[in-house]
Amino acid sequence: MKIFNRTNIGWLVLIILTYIAIEGLTFVGIIDPFYEITVVNIFINIILAVGLNLIVGFSGQLSLGHAGFMAIGAYMTGILLNYMPNQTGFIISIIAGMFLSGLVALIVGIPTLRLKGDYFAIATLGASEIIRVAILNLPDITNGAVGISGIPLMADWRFAYFVAVLTILMVTNYIRSSPGRATISIREDEIAAESLSIQTTYYKNIAFLMGAMTAALAGSIHASYFGVINPGQFTFNKSIDVLIIVVFGGIGSVTGSIVAAIALGIINVYLQQFGALRMIVYALVLILIMIFRPSGLMGNIEFSLSHLFKRPQDVPGSIENMEQEKGI
Amino acid sequence: MDTFIQQLINGLSLGSVYALVALGYTMVYGIINLLNFAHGDVYMVGAFVGYYIILNFNLSFLPALILTMLITGILGLVIYQVAYRPLRNSTRIASLITAIGMSYLLQNGMIYIAGPQTRSFPQVINNQLYKFGSIQISTMQLLMLVTTVLLMVSLQLIVQKTKFGKAMRAVSNDPEAAQLMGIHSNQVISFTFFLGSMLAGAGGMLVGMYYNTITPTMGVGPGLKAFIAAVVGGIGSVPGAMLGGYLIGIIEVMISAFGNSMIRDAVVYFILIVILLVRPSGILGKYEPEKV
Repeated sequence: MKIFNRTNIGWLVLIILTYIAIEGLTFVGIIDPFYEITVVNIFINIILAVGLNLIVGFSGQLSLGHAGFMAIGAYMTGILLNYMPNQTGFIISIIAGMFLSGLVALIVGIPTLRLKGDYFAIATLGASEIIRVAILNLPDITNGAVGISGIPLMADWRFAYFVAVLTILMVTNYIRSSPGRATISIREDEIAAESLSIQTTYYKNIAFLMGAMTAALAGSIHASYFGVINPGQFTFNKSIDVLIIVVFGGIGSVTGSIVAAIALGIINVYLQQFGALRMIVYALVLILIMIFRPSGLMGNIEFSLSHLFKRPQDVPGSIENMEQEKGI
Repeated sequence: MDTFIQQLINGLSLGSVYALVALGYTMVYGIINLLNFAHGDVYMVGAFVGYYIILNFNLSFLPALILTMLITGILGLVIYQVAYRPLRNSTRIASLITAIGMSYLLQNGMIYIAGPQTRSFPQVINNQLYKFGSIQISTMQLLMLVTTVLLMVSLQLIVQKTKFGKAMRAVSNDPEAAQLMGIHSNQVISFTFFLGSMLAGAGGMLVGMYYNTITPTMGVGPGLKAFIAAVVGGIGSVPGAMLGGYLIGIIEVMISAFGNSMIRDAVVYFILIVILLVRPSGILGKYEPEKV
């Protein structure tokens, strides 16, 4: 299969058009500095949600500690940029943050992903709390509860957009690869996957590792775009916020996560004034979606350009086709 | 040595509340395999219900406690019927997320109704300090210990001696087989939620009286700690939850007293992870291989 087939060129055009659109809107002044914050927040949330979706939606393991990994990335950038306030330092800090975050993910994941049931959810919850308490208790390095402010602003919305696109590409390519298919099979039926000699623990760990590293990436962008970080930004509630995006969009749908991140980002701007009521609406919607559509709003349906170009029956091996064959 | 015994008493009174809340987690998990994240918020609602009852009806401790337990018990029942029951046949992730949603709803609902500020709990008992040598124990601590032990003994009696308890054990063992034997499993699960939420409500009210302050977010921390206590003791096991609760309570107080109180939470989570690594089924839990 050629790399530059119709579908891929279509996606490329879409990516470039989106970029031009945002650039244009900024130039005209419709996206003013206030809305730019919203836009960057949406990009950060897309990175977080797509990464979490890989863990929750595709490998079927509930992670409640996404904020912890984000904190690792954010603090790594915040601390290293203090010593090296230039682009090189920023790149190094991103890589270092991803590395450390991946290391922590492996330490948590290798023992607990062997187990079936909800132990993984508990362990990730514990791990992210430990990360937060560790940050609080290392005032020499992390400045404790006050947090770090005045971080050099290295990332702009273009960088956030670029990284978001890269993350989406990486995750979608991964889930379409052979290891990705193996990961999905674990979600569908772990025992059946195991009996087909798929090393379930191995693939679950890879998914968790990738999710944790993308979270660190999002954290780095967050730190060097906003310039201010403190441990209060990375609580359990932040993990739940990301989980809500994944659930809204559809557990196991990358496009769903993207759409949900954009929709919630925009809705949030208007709901900000309602305070507590906003959270009540959030909670109610979360419960109602789970009761009436347990797989999330979009389920695991992906928006696909190749479907626009060809009719569904022409696409061999697409998820929808397999589902039709299975009669789902 | 005296400080040690003194801290042990403090740890026991804190641990007894964790044990009460942990029992609700463990019973619900044992019976429908659901991590009920909203349980910590039921505990918070218990504290607020007790607060309003004492403030508005001027009741003394015991009637207020019983009324609080009844109201939170009914709340637990409603939560099960509305949010969890429709999801009994769907995936675990779906019911877990619903539980998190429920927790958010209770917390933010309470912030909306009562406001986010901290309130001080009205004093209904005459709090005195009893001294034994250099060790002192307050009326409140005694009341907490006695109430929780009484509640736990009665729970153990209900689970082990009554017909409903037998049904509960049967459903937790095998829901389908229990149903075939004529046990109305839905009723049994509702009853479990009722019992668990009653205990959480009692815990909330006791803590409100003990620390004198209540806030709508007070359920998050103790809820997680109680949940850890349930996991450490062996989730699904009733004696395990009691043991875990006391253990976590004592460890927490000891670290605050003899170490650094800032790292208290991290140590508790660290214990959780160590337990998950070494013995995932908990101290008193039993390992059950998954059947196809």
